[in-house]
Amino acid sequence: MLIALGAAALVTLALLAEELLPRVSEAWERFRAGRRRTPSISFDPGRELRAEQRARTLLKSCVNDEEWAMYRDLGFIRVWGSQADGPEPAGGTGGAPYAYLIYPHRAIVAYLAQTHRLLNEYCVAFPDDTRPYGSARLPDSDDVLAKWMALTGDERRLVSTANMHLPGRQLDPAKVKRDLWRLAQWERTRMRELGEASSGGHSGLRPRQAS
Amino acid sequence: MKPGHGEVLIAEGDVELVADEQRLIEEFRRQLDAGLWAAVPLEGDEGRRSAQMVRSFEDVPRGAERVIFFPRAAGGA
Repeated sequence: MLIALGAAALVTLALLAEELLPRVSEAWERFRAGRRRTPSISFDPGRELRAEQRARTLLKSCVNDEEWAMYRDLGFIRVWGSQADGPEPAGGTGGAPYAYLIYPHRAIVAYLAQTHRLLNEYCVAFPDDTRPYGSARLPDSDDVLAKWMALTGDERRLVSTANMHLPGRQLDPAKVKRDLWRLAQWERTRMRELGEASSGGHSGLRPRQAS
Repeated sequence: MKPGHGEVLIAEGDVELVADEQRLIEEFRRQLDAGLWAAVPLEGDEGRRSAQMVRSFEDVPRGAERVIFFPRAAGGA
């Protein structure tokens, strides 16, 4: 009888240990790391959508009309480079004008403006380690604005902070080239519309009349 | 700028009023001490826009309408 009870107790202990050991170990690790259990915050699409809407409003109020329209229509913003010899440490561009494409939560791409030759990718993030809603990731438009401010405010500092890679690391070069083509088309259309608007003719924007 | 929220108004006031200015300075320092970067959006000639990164309250142009704080940049993957 006693032997049977002892064996049952041993089996129970073994089963409990298997269940409890990981939890005890995790609690110990947490205690050693000095961290508390963080409450899990579920993803709320409505909250994220409202955050993005606020971020878009803020972005629109900071960039100029052309940049805002570019982001609204194409999904990225072009920022002209301001360093005489190109972005560091990419090597000299021989004084050729260059620019960056800013995508939300993607690498910044530097390219030569005239030839569209891609220079580098600059991988940079703006993580909020306080994770106020369970995520360190800014809304898309806030990420774009952070990059825009950092690039226009202190290009050298941002470029030196970012991890530099050759083109193709994060963004497909073919897609970037296509985006540059889309940008050129978009600019042509915009210039034509602006020209027509300023000369008083609005034929490009006027609704067609039935003939 | 905050994840899951977007823009958050931290403080506002008139820098011409001493009490307001002091409050703004304290809040500015608190944000920078928390590791955030600060930038002032600027409007230049011919509608050109840019930002000025500021590291102290004295760097903020007197006529600036706002200072935007955002998480500092880190090298990404």
